Amino acid sequence: MRRSTHLALGAIAALCTGGVAAPATAAWEPVRPVEFIVPAGTGGGADQMARTIQGIVTKHTLMKQPLVVINKSGGAGGEGFLDVKGSGGNPHKIIITLSNLFTTPLATGIPFSWKDLTPVAMLALDEFVLWVNADKPYKTAKEYIDAVKAAPAGSIKMGGTGSKQEDQIITVAVEKAVGTKFTYIPYKGGGEVAVQLVGNHVDSTVNNPIEAVAQWRGGKLRPLCVFDAKPMAYDEPIADGKAWKDIPTCKSAGLDMEYLMLRGIFMAPRATKDQVEYYVELFKKIRATPEWQDFMKSGAFNTTFLTGAEYAKWVEAEDKRHQALMKEAGFLAPSN
Amino acid sequence: MTTGSSSNTGPTHKLVEAGVTLLIALFGVIVIVGSLKAGINWGAEGPRAGFFPFYIGLFIVASSAINLWHGLREDNDALFAEWGQLRQVLSVVIPTAIYVGAMPFTGLYVASIIFIAWFMRWLGKYRWLTVLAVAFGMPIVTYFIFERWFMVPLPKGPVEEWLDL
Amino acid sequence: MEELVNLFHGFAVALQPFNIMVMVLGIVLGVIIGVLPGLGGANGVAILLPLTFSMPPTSAIIMLSCIYWGALFGGAITSILFNIPGEPWSVATTFDGYPMAQQGKAGEALTAAFTSSFVGALFAVVMITLVAPLVAGFALQFGPAEKFAVYFLAFCSFVGLSKEPPFKTIAAMMIGFALAAVGLDSITGQLRLTFGFTPLLNGFDFLIAVIGLFGIGEILLTMEEGLAFRGGKAKINLRVVLQTWKELPKYWMTSLRSCFIGCWMGVTPAGATPASFMSYGIAKRMAKNGKNFGKGEIEGVVAPETAAHAAGTSALLPMLSLGVPGSPTAAVLLGGLLIWGLQPGPMLFVEQKEFVWGLIASMYLGNIVGLIVVLTCVPIFAAILRVPFSIIAPLILVLCAIGAYSVHSSTFDVMLMLVFGVIGYLLKKCNYPLAPLVLAIVLGDKAEEAFRQSLLGSQGSFGVFLSNPLVSTIMILGLIALFWSLIQEGYSRLRSAATA
Repeated sequence: MRRSTHLALGAIAALCTGGVAAPATAAWEPVRPVEFIVPAGTGGGADQMARTIQGIVTKHTLMKQPLVVINKSGGAGGEGFLDVKGSGGNPHKIIITLSNLFTTPLATGIPFSWKDLTPVAMLALDEFVLWVNADKPYKTAKEYIDAVKAAPAGSIKMGGTGSKQEDQIITVAVEKAVGTKFTYIPYKGGGEVAVQLVGNHVDSTVNNPIEAVAQWRGGKLRPLCVFDAKPMAYDEPIADGKAWKDIPTCKSAGLDMEYLMLRGIFMAPRATKDQVEYYVELFKKIRATPEWQDFMKSGAFNTTFLTGAEYAKWVEAEDKRHQALMKEAGFLAPSN
Repeated sequence: MTTGSSSNTGPTHKLVEAGVTLLIALFGVIVIVGSLKAGINWGAEGPRAGFFPFYIGLFIVASSAINLWHGLREDNDALFAEWGQLRQVLSVVIPTAIYVGAMPFTGLYVASIIFIAWFMRWLGKYRWLTVLAVAFGMPIVTYFIFERWFMVPLPKGPVEEWLDL
Repeated sequence: MEELVNLFHGFAVALQPFNIMVMVLGIVLGVIIGVLPGLGGANGVAILLPLTFSMPPTSAIIMLSCIYWGALFGGAITSILFNIPGEPWSVATTFDGYPMAQQGKAGEALTAAFTSSFVGALFAVVMITLVAPLVAGFALQFGPAEKFAVYFLAFCSFVGLSKEPPFKTIAAMMIGFALAAVGLDSITGQLRLTFGFTPLLNGFDFLIAVIGLFGIGEILLTMEEGLAFRGGKAKINLRVVLQTWKELPKYWMTSLRSCFIGCWMGVTPAGATPASFMSYGIAKRMAKNGKNFGKGEIEGVVAPETAAHAAGTSALLPMLSLGVPGSPTAAVLLGGLLIWGLQPGPMLFVEQKEFVWGLIASMYLGNIVGLIVVLTCVPIFAAILRVPFSIIAPLILVLCAIGAYSVHSSTFDVMLMLVFGVIGYLLKKCNYPLAPLVLAIVLGDKAEEAFRQSLLGSQGSFGVFLSNPLVSTIMILGLIALFWSLIQEGYSRLRSAATA
């Protein structure tokens, strides 16, 4: 880690003096433009992250060849994954994943799995927070749960992004923990979900921090708890003197559910060790830039960074967990 | 349809229209079959995926039946187009089909150069110099606008690979 | 008037030499993006977004929003000249713009389109300046049921317009709906109508269908009629601009109506596409010479362009004040804001005054710069029609292929485009209207989604579509639009009965 910070600083210094930064640590380097596949639409969370990375790479000249972002969002991202799966041995193609790496093949039956790809690195994990409208009386997760329990089954509306994806998985888990039924309403994007909550068209949501933070600061929404093992790390006050750190875990409020969304990088199948190493080094440099750190802060991301075997192990465990969760919720595609 | 070129015969309008209507009906049937696969009843989350397309398919088939009946009843001997005109149309469709079909293998640039040159030489009868200027100029401009300015990669084939573009 | 002070401060920011340079550059890039089919505003802005990283945020957003204005202006050019709409909201512009070009009035059509766009945008910016907070509150009223009502109104104000046989119109529209349904069903998260065929995962993209049906189909029709583009005799001097300007004030009523429709659609946010269709449909019903719509009526260019640009501009308001993008391009701009560390939402207007008002000022200036740039180019654009057909046709075909490819980076889409071209040729010859088909492809899945979201929320009760004054009003407006011709007939009968 320290070495990479060093490298990045070196890179920035080289840039400042007008030179081209090219630390000769990796034996392999791209010889043509690298396609950065986003298995989601333009403007979404993964797209934002990919374009931030592209901007950082351009600004600090971290690569000799251009990095080109391409959206392949068809079939809940299946299009993008199939494209990378089919580009075996092409080192000029990387993909950023979200939870649809696990959910799309299960829910749609599109034939791919993470095992078809070469894991590179986990960049960050996206948190999930339980939100309600600020006009609602409940101030804590417990008050909310009591209200949900008291209401007739199905009368509480939970809004979320997409169908049979992370938001609905969390909703089902909350249902199980509380012992009631929500009416889950899927929307296209997280920003839209947050605004539907502000407009009182749904009763609660499980938005990512970055999707709802603006409404929190505007006094329109209230976070109740975070679906993580421990509170988030950011202690800068956001609204009413409260920081991300002050949001309690859902577990402490009696909702035994943890969920974090992967923001990770994969390569096409049959990548060599040198090639993977090149990208790992690249992302280490990116993580060290101030732009990246600002971006992490603005979205209250969990900044866990994993590579190699550790990363693969994490993905495998998460894949198993998704299979169990999706099966339990009845989200598997009919043909499976 | 006044600018006939070779002859005054051709398929009748009635015939072609009936054919088009039947194709649309066939499309409707495909939609119905696909919807049945996806499930057309109401599930736990409201109407299933195939619910709406199923009725849309029914609408397509039903309105095609009405259109077919109307079309056949009509007393209209007009021509759809003369053979000469259809030949003109096909003289664009077939090369374009070849162009499009070749693109995944030759890449966009090579296919475009040949296609533009063919079109201008055979249909436009231009001098070779003009033909080559346009045929090469356009893909080169395209390359700079798309790949260099906007960084949109376009399909490439062995020639580009060899040139290392 | 604190706003006005802020606005003047904003002008001071936007008028810095660097920002003006950035503005002109953005407009020019935007026009190029708008002209090239397939690149489009959203893609163009997304592609250029990372390049603005090294600029200060205000300059960066000025550049990106100017690309957006440029793309809005540019979309009309290919619609009018070649019947190829580069953006969904330019489709309605082809209905009268292309016939005008064929009649040798390309210059007039382009001038009318650009000027109307400018008027629409200006109206929207004034609205943003004066009543931003109020309008943002209105946008919050729109849940799924209200959104469905808006789509319903868009469809209703458009159907029943075509002169083609009614069952052919129904068949065409249903084909559009069916094509829109292919791919992932967003409510159940299930695939449908793909038959296990991977390239269909994406569904049928509007752009590919429209490039084929309109663009390629038109080239095939031209081939059938002999090798010539009609309209080669277009006047190519700048006087045409002034002559058209003299004529335009006659249509102030249509413009004003279209401005309101556009702002409403942009804020809600249903977007520019329903706005342009709705505005065209209503203009056709209300205009004196509505019967001539579709044959090259200048009013038929004014209505959709004004509404589309008003919607495109006002779509930035919910983006800034709520963080909800009103259009795909706004979604990308939103991502840009986040990347620069600006948090859109209620607090943006309070905390980032310089940025917000700089942006609003740049909307005024950017549109003026844009108008000047595109108007001076009118003669050049009109002159393109003088290029012989056998040179321009292969170039258009190649550009269409590139456009179709760059939508999803898929060669399958290019083949699909050609298939759509042949289908477009056959349907047009067999008297099937293409406009309802395209409208259904663009809005079909969105309407279905809103409909099913509403029913989920109401647990299956259709009462949700009449559950509050807002949604009821829009639904009733839709029904009125649908049965307009019957209502008109009944009214005239009543009057004749009364006078008799």
